[in-house]
Amino acid sequence: MADITLTINGKSVTAQQGQTLLQVCRTQGIDIPTLCYLEDLFPSGACRMCVVEVEGARGLVPSCAFPAADGQVVHTHSPRARRARKTIVELLLANHPQECLTCVRSGGCELQTLAQDLGVRERRYEGARREAAIDASSVSLVRDPEKCILCGRCVRVCEEVQGVAAIDFNNRGFQTVIAPACNKSLGGTTCVNCGQCILVCPTGALREQSNLKDVWDAINDPEKIVIAQVAPAIRATIGEEFGMPVGSRVTGRLTAALRRAGFDLVFDTDVAADLTIMEEGSELVHRITTGEEPLPMITSCSPGWVKFIEHFYPEQIDNLSTAKSPHMMLGTVLKTYYAEKQGIDPANMVVVSIMPCTAKKYEASRPEMTDSGYQDVDYVLTTREAARLMKLAGIKFENLPDEAFDPAFGIASGAGVIFGTTGGVMEAALRTAQFLLTAPEGEVPEMVTREMLGHVDFAPVRGLEGVKEATVEMNGLTLKVAAAHGLMNARTLLEQVKAGTSPYHFIEIMGCPGGCIGGGGGPMPTTTEIRKQRAKALYNEDEALMLRASHDNPIIKQLYAEYFGKPLGEKSHHLLHTSYTKRSV
Amino acid sequence: MTTATTAISLMDACCSRCTHSPQTPCAQYLDCRAHGPLCHTDPACTAALNARRDAAMHIATRPIIYVGAGTCGLAAGMDQVIPAMQKALTEHGLDVMVKEVGCFGLCHREPMLDVKKPGRPRVCFDHVDVKKALAIVTRYLVNDEVPADLSMGIIATPDAAPDSPEFALPNLYDLPVLVRQRRIVLQNCGLIDPDALDEYVARGGYGALAKALAAGDNGEMVLNEVLKAGLRGRGGGGFPTGRKWQLTRAQQNTPKYLVCNADEGDPGAFMDRSVLEGDPHRVIEGMLLGALAIGADHGYIYCRAEYPLAIKRLLHSIEELEGRGLLGDNILGSGFSFHLKVKQGAGAFVCGEETALLASIEGKRGMPRVRPPYPAQSGLWGQPTCINNVETFANVAAIVDHGGAAFASVGTERSKGTKVFALTGTIKLGGLVEVPMGMTLREVVFDVGGGILDDRPFKAVQIGGPSGGCLPTAMLDTLVDYDSLIAAGAMMGSGGLVVMDDKTCMVDLARFFMEFIRNESCGKCIPCREGTTRMLEILERIVRPYRDEDTEATLQRFKSVIMLEELAQVIRDTSLCGLGQTAPNPVLSTLRYFRDEYEKHVFERTCPAGACRSLLTFTVNAEKCKGCTLCARNCPAGAIWGASKQTHVIDQAKCVHCGVCMDVCRFDAVLAQ
Repeated sequence: MADITLTINGKSVTAQQGQTLLQVCRTQGIDIPTLCYLEDLFPSGACRMCVVEVEGARGLVPSCAFPAADGQVVHTHSPRARRARKTIVELLLANHPQECLTCVRSGGCELQTLAQDLGVRERRYEGARREAAIDASSVSLVRDPEKCILCGRCVRVCEEVQGVAAIDFNNRGFQTVIAPACNKSLGGTTCVNCGQCILVCPTGALREQSNLKDVWDAINDPEKIVIAQVAPAIRATIGEEFGMPVGSRVTGRLTAALRRAGFDLVFDTDVAADLTIMEEGSELVHRITTGEEPLPMITSCSPGWVKFIEHFYPEQIDNLSTAKSPHMMLGTVLKTYYAEKQGIDPANMVVVSIMPCTAKKYEASRPEMTDSGYQDVDYVLTTREAARLMKLAGIKFENLPDEAFDPAFGIASGAGVIFGTTGGVMEAALRTAQFLLTAPEGEVPEMVTREMLGHVDFAPVRGLEGVKEATVEMNGLTLKVAAAHGLMNARTLLEQVKAGTSPYHFIEIMGCPGGCIGGGGGPMPTTTEIRKQRAKALYNEDEALMLRASHDNPIIKQLYAEYFGKPLGEKSHHLLHTSYTKRSV
Repeated sequence: MTTATTAISLMDACCSRCTHSPQTPCAQYLDCRAHGPLCHTDPACTAALNARRDAAMHIATRPIIYVGAGTCGLAAGMDQVIPAMQKALTEHGLDVMVKEVGCFGLCHREPMLDVKKPGRPRVCFDHVDVKKALAIVTRYLVNDEVPADLSMGIIATPDAAPDSPEFALPNLYDLPVLVRQRRIVLQNCGLIDPDALDEYVARGGYGALAKALAAGDNGEMVLNEVLKAGLRGRGGGGFPTGRKWQLTRAQQNTPKYLVCNADEGDPGAFMDRSVLEGDPHRVIEGMLLGALAIGADHGYIYCRAEYPLAIKRLLHSIEELEGRGLLGDNILGSGFSFHLKVKQGAGAFVCGEETALLASIEGKRGMPRVRPPYPAQSGLWGQPTCINNVETFANVAAIVDHGGAAFASVGTERSKGTKVFALTGTIKLGGLVEVPMGMTLREVVFDVGGGILDDRPFKAVQIGGPSGGCLPTAMLDTLVDYDSLIAAGAMMGSGGLVVMDDKTCMVDLARFFMEFIRNESCGKCIPCREGTTRMLEILERIVRPYRDEDTEATLQRFKSVIMLEELAQVIRDTSLCGLGQTAPNPVLSTLRYFRDEYEKHVFERTCPAGACRSLLTFTVNAEKCKGCTLCARNCPAGAIWGASKQTHVIDQAKCVHCGVCMDVCRFDAVLAQ
């Protein structure tokens, strides 16, 4: 890339050919506000917030899309550019509900911030407002079109990153709304509930379907035993909700906080991730050795992904592992094995999953998820909701001591921890598959030492590349595996399967970019850089643990010894596995 | 359409020695239509082809009736005239060919009908209703009497005998409306059967294509001639067509696409529709030449579905061309291939914007995207794409035929050739006109258009569509060329020209166009979507009845007027596409030239033109009122009192300013002030 020289705000600046003006300005410490801009996607140019003055150009140009060129003279904050930006915010406010004080995004709303930063002090424009009803038809998401500023980020993420295209612009001009086709409700559409749209929404137009009140009521009900279980990604992300640096590991404080918020027991979903690995790993070995079920086998932990394949590739649902996702396994185990063991009436047990995920709300509501005889998981709270719950309970998160999970489901392997990031399930499965392939069939695995395991790190499946692949030699078997995150990337692998050209035995897919650490229920903002930091925190935790592989987990061993017998046994088939539904587009 | 038995076409083989077909193309096929047979000598074939050429040139042994069956003619009543006339022809036992032709451009004279007898010139009739049509049949066809009182003139034909009695009638082209026109694009419109390929070819059609293919230079000659001609885009922007073609030609990436923008959407504009309905082959030939010049092998005509006749004609023409090997693979054995499709648009105004149009062809929502990359680099499906307007393409064949220099000899320094305008509004001779660039607006309105209806005073002309500008009397000497119009605060646009007299209120006009633009905003970018709504609301506040207004509303009205101009500037400065960037033009240009009228509305609460009824006070002139009670009976608000044969009174507190009383009064007794 050739160097170019341009003048920005009177200062000569060197940049590279191909950079946009926005990119150049940001490296120069100039903050140009944006609303519709999304990194890594083709600029939409819809919001016009980032307009700057380029000498010789006809009007103001959008810096997000305008290429920097040699000799350009740019004024980013000229009176003309500032007046334009302020007017645009004023125009948005003229068509926006005056609900800032009660809005879920208050304090984190980009429109609010812009109005502050640009010095908007009155509503100069007044007139008609777009009227549209709130759509609460989805189990996972709520859309409030009146708060929507039509920046289109959700539409682009849904279509370009997730390949779902459940929503788009409807109507035209002032009547434009973002909604499913023909203004239908979101509930009955192909929406996979991933919540990526919420993560990119600048205002309160998109939010999760909140279960905060349900959980709060359960906690305050003396009859109920309320159990929290915490997904791997939460410990690496929830700190952000309390102003801690990105990538802070807060496992101990999180446990302490949930206990103080009133949960009777706090368990680690990672333990169930180890259980998932036992079942899924065994299923993989079974598929490879018997050839009874189709290959490649594809992971099923990510409920957004599962709904995606049900809608868009229904002919491939037999490729999905039948193993339930970890929190659903734990929910079932709690309401069967654990309830029996502790003498608790499962009817009085309320299982609350703290998840970085909005699709888990949908998953928990699926009719299949009642193998315990009850709804296996009662409520799912997103990371953001969990933080709100803690604030509601008056918890000063930053000052809490570290506490351990309750022991019944409190010890997890590093394999369970890295479930929270793309490639993690694959790596966890490989660690155990490697063992399973060498263990005598049907035997309950004995404790193995680290040395016996050989290497446990599978670097090729780590990182944020869209599709990662690796070839692993195991016990004379050459295993070809791939991992993808973000559903557009999943499409690439599924198209191969469809065409019969997929070379893989095993595919891991996580619905959200980056995996659960980039989940739609996580803290905002979520960017590529932030995803990297969060993933690093999980790998650090894995690294720090002695226990690295799922089959080593003593709780898992006990569970099989006392209850399930063996992976893929009859009881686990009934309680730990599920089935899928073919859906239409 | 011909009602008589379908004759063998000029496009057919003369005998079995002709081997041309789409599969076995003959390079000389088109030349052979003009001068053939070329590959063999046979008097019988020569005679046959000559006879077909004559037929295609309307040199026939029986009379021909040409009926103006463009959308304008049909709307004016031609659909009823045709069957009645055919019935009469049958009753009289006359062997006459009835030919449907497109719009001739004299919309103010529709329905129109021409009759051509063998060896005579073509006699033209206007305002033809059933009665007049029957009179023409009886008097001219049966009795052979030239009905001079019914006719508006004649068009000379090559076979007309000099002593034909029709020559006593004036030549149509000497009419004031036509004499100053220069017809390149409209050359064939209204004269030929648009569905007949042979009629186009017999008049030299596709000669430019034959010439370009014969040059064997991959369209370089075409490109050079278009560059030399200085042709600029007729869709509004005025970008040099040759430059655009050059840019697309230079792209290495293939395939390339050529797109014809026929999404004509300006209120009052119908230039493209008339050309597509009247002479579709001229546009297609232009596209073939363009495709050759840029190296495209696929093309689309994006035409709004509200133009069913244009679409029907295009589809018919494409089918016929494919059958004759003039569209498709390896055209005339040259190795040049071009496949053409018609894509129907759903009528969104914004789809006339090139990137929105491309999105629409791709099956996406018609919304513009940021440029760069320009379509020349990355257009349809990410491939190099060139988009030109209907009228632009319609100029190309003439440029290649007669050379770029000849084209460039017409017009001004930077605007060459002619421009087609749709003259509408309060003008006497409304219709389609094609004038050389560089004519003044005064000449267009008063000489070509015949001046203002009822000889009322001229007030303004709106040029360039909704986002163009309104120019006042003082600007009437502005030249019709791209740069002069921009300097005057308007723009060439696609060719809508709306003339207004003193009864038009400029605030109301700005409000009308603002409403159109507000409704047609795609909703993508904030300034256009939100800003045009606020601008419209401000204009509506200006013309809103003020009597019930509370203090806060009054304050709001004044405040918003102050912001009107600033808002307009921001919308112009920041909008994503041309629609938004020009959206404030109706307001800015009327503010520029008619500021006093705005001030009268805002400060004095009156409408000088008397058009904003909500600002008017309606009273009854006691001297004129006969007490007929008609106004009282029609008043929707029950605001008029008065007994029969007594002077009536309007209760101002109840009046809703609808003006119905004034409309129904037969004695001009209701006053509006």
